[in-house]
Amino acid sequence: MFEILSIKGTINFLRHAVAISALSLVLVIGSLASLAVNGINWGLDFTGGTVVEMEFKNPVDLNQLRAALTSDETDGAVVQNFGSSRDVLIRLPVKEGVKSDLQVAHVMEAAAKVDPGVSQKRVEFVGPQVGKELAEQGGLAVLVALICILIYVSFRFEWRLALGSVAALAHDVIITLGVFSLFQLEFDLTVLAGVLTVVGYSLNDTIVVFDRIRENFLKMRKGTPEDVVNNSITQTMSRTIITTGTTLVVVVALFLKGGTMIHGFATALLMGIFVGTFSSIYVASFLAVKLGINREHMMPVEIEKEGADQDALMP
Amino acid sequence: MLNKYPMWKNLMVALIIAVGAFYAIPNLFGEDHAVQVVATRGAEVNASTQSEVTDILSAKGIAVKRSELENGQLLVRVADADQQLLAKEAIAEVLGDKYIVALNLAPATPQWLESMGGSPMKLGLDLRGGVHFLMEVDMSEAIRKMTEAKIADFRTDLRGEKIRYAGIRNTPKGIEIKFRDAENLAKAERFLKSRTNEMVFVDASSGSDFMLLANMSEIYLKQVKEEALQQNITTLRNRVNELGVAEPVVQRQGAERIIVELPGVQDTARAKDILGATASIEFHMVDEKADAAAIAAGRVSPGSQIYDRRQGGKVALHKEVMLTGDHIQGAQPSFDEYSRPQVSINLDSKGGSIFSNVTKDNIGKPMATLFIEYKDNGAKNPDGSVKMDKIEEVISVATIQARLGRNFVITGLDHSEAQNLALLLRAGALIAPVSIVEERTIGPSLGAENIDNGLQAMIWGMAVVLIFMLVYYRGFGLIANLALTANLVMVVGVMSMIPGAVLTLPGIAGMVLTVGMAVDGNVLIYERIREELRAGRSVQQAIHEGYGNAFSTIADANITTFMTALILFAVGTGAVKGFAVTLMIGIATSMFTAIVGTRSIVNAIWGGKRVKKLSI
Repeated sequence: MFEILSIKGTINFLRHAVAISALSLVLVIGSLASLAVNGINWGLDFTGGTVVEMEFKNPVDLNQLRAALTSDETDGAVVQNFGSSRDVLIRLPVKEGVKSDLQVAHVMEAAAKVDPGVSQKRVEFVGPQVGKELAEQGGLAVLVALICILIYVSFRFEWRLALGSVAALAHDVIITLGVFSLFQLEFDLTVLAGVLTVVGYSLNDTIVVFDRIRENFLKMRKGTPEDVVNNSITQTMSRTIITTGTTLVVVVALFLKGGTMIHGFATALLMGIFVGTFSSIYVASFLAVKLGINREHMMPVEIEKEGADQDALMP
Repeated sequence: MLNKYPMWKNLMVALIIAVGAFYAIPNLFGEDHAVQVVATRGAEVNASTQSEVTDILSAKGIAVKRSELENGQLLVRVADADQQLLAKEAIAEVLGDKYIVALNLAPATPQWLESMGGSPMKLGLDLRGGVHFLMEVDMSEAIRKMTEAKIADFRTDLRGEKIRYAGIRNTPKGIEIKFRDAENLAKAERFLKSRTNEMVFVDASSGSDFMLLANMSEIYLKQVKEEALQQNITTLRNRVNELGVAEPVVQRQGAERIIVELPGVQDTARAKDILGATASIEFHMVDEKADAAAIAAGRVSPGSQIYDRRQGGKVALHKEVMLTGDHIQGAQPSFDEYSRPQVSINLDSKGGSIFSNVTKDNIGKPMATLFIEYKDNGAKNPDGSVKMDKIEEVISVATIQARLGRNFVITGLDHSEAQNLALLLRAGALIAPVSIVEERTIGPSLGAENIDNGLQAMIWGMAVVLIFMLVYYRGFGLIANLALTANLVMVVGVMSMIPGAVLTLPGIAGMVLTVGMAVDGNVLIYERIREELRAGRSVQQAIHEGYGNAFSTIADANITTFMTALILFAVGTGAVKGFAVTLMIGIATSMFTAIVGTRSIVNAIWGGKRVKKLSI
């Protein structure tokens, strides 16, 4: 058979765990620092405001367009290319006493001065109140997701593993947000969807490893918890690489071909897949070991049975 | 014998996949250009309309592909966009303004498929272009209106009961009802409490001030808000219909907001004018006791209020509303004998009887038509909501000549005002003003571009994954690829089957992601089989153990992902909801195809016989 990894024996993943976890910790602290200092570049969905996307007949000089935006209503407009040199996106902040329609009209007027063949592709306006509510809901969603997962994993596995997996998820979410903050990438609703998907994906990875840990604790009579964990990670390694690989391939396809409107989403996923794979080993499993996971914790054998008795029904 | 599926199990797998595939088929047919005909008030679309339309089109030489009459709607399919435009103009010209003629894209699903419930996936606005509005209902205005109505009720009730009161007015603390003595107060309290259980009355007397304070009960307040929202939804639906848009969406969101989606609309300015306008009329009796001098000095009795007249000058009207715009059933702009614009109005039966009573008692007295309009002035309240200006104007004062019934006319408007008022009245009044708090317009070219991008991403991602699986797992890889393809077909099938599911751009991303993540199930199983083989198990044992051991892992991993998708669905709006839906469906179908689907093929090929080597 054709194998990417031909592993003989067990790789001692946990040998470098302290050093690597320290690196993780640095990344998390760095991300938090960046979030504190730079904040997040909230997109229109969260801040409110107006966005106009337009397509010009010819490649357009952004400075010329900026210079044409002279009216008070379009003060504070952010002008940038969006996809190609003919596509331009203009962001306008909410202005007291100015209607969004008026802002859009002024923008189109200015754009027509630069190139009469300009056409409007998309206009979005979000009221500040709506944006604020959404930001609150989004934060709440991530929190609720983490709590639900904590409960489910505690119920299905064990609280030490649950804590490990939630720590890993928090780690992934914080670092993904940190990267968005550091590079000031725009954070809109699709990115939030991406972050939540990262939570789901990363957990997928963690669960696969945990499942094997549970199984091996019951199988391997000898061996320290570290051995069991190392063994489990080694055994699931080729699966991890393959699945990460295929998911990465489709996400890269989304990133390159999916168009500008889901760029943020794909970016969040790209980040999350890397961090998520890594965290299932060095955060989730390592933390569970440090919390003192051992064979006795895995003893309720009935849980094993649950999968076993489904055998007859499903596969 | 190991690894043998009973026949029924294989059949079940085949059947499930076949059903999924069957309902995915309608997506292959694309869309027809069509013209949709809907009747407005007073008209009806029926078989004779259908034949009329067919005649119109054949006279113009436009070939009709298919014409369908359903739910009082006529849908005529034609060959292409050019024919569609010609057809629309021709039909609109002949049928006149009792009908709405709109351009539409109808799924080109064959009739036999359609009769079995087959229809393609619905595309979100981000994929087909159009405009999305989120509107907020100004609840304080709904409450204010209800309070006014209550005050009027109290006046008539107390007067009718011959209980003397000193004054009634609305204050921030509630409705204050003042009395001269304790006796009247006690009588009034007993009487009012027995009459209205939706209000809470508190004796707020202090010293020689005898006062009753009335407030709406919590339940009633909630009911008022609910009714305001519901009525606004109905009104917005009517107005959207007047716009002549095919397949519009008007939907509540939460307690105070309404979503309006108009596919294909590009003229957002007109859409906004019609949707957001809150013009309404009220009929009041003129306060004849207030003379010009009193009005100029602003001294009118507490029961009256001074309004501007559109023609200039001021007039005092009784605050009590004789009739509100809610009862108006139809309104047509027309001209009187001096060719001055007017609006002929007809009322519903309840409105008709109210109006006929009122006018009977007031023959010879002047009655005023008050025009009320709310305008978004662009400013914001401190809480971020839109500030609305209320504009009230008396558009006509006329002496009631005779008892009026359900039909009468309003004059005193110019031509375009008459047109607009008629349209707005016909579409019903908004009980409380609405403001647009979110607007998204997607051009049609961008929609097509988005579909194209999504498909490209899917094709590229899928191709690489399929090739990899085939090279890496060979025979089993091929089976996994079959499962993956079946999975994609089933996602499309299920999406098409669920009536509320809408495909959005993030939804396509969800499908692409499903492709990447769905192989996980098979990878887990196959890696396990390889492991078992390495550990020296027999082929049959390895397959059995592989599937068995991987099952709980796959279940756990997918359940948690499903939970996050569910949360995403709960908080997300529009496009993100679409993503969550496809992800959830994808998880369910991929579990089925990866675990049961592939097993059935594996069993059929290798199961139950002596096999030396597996192609894995």
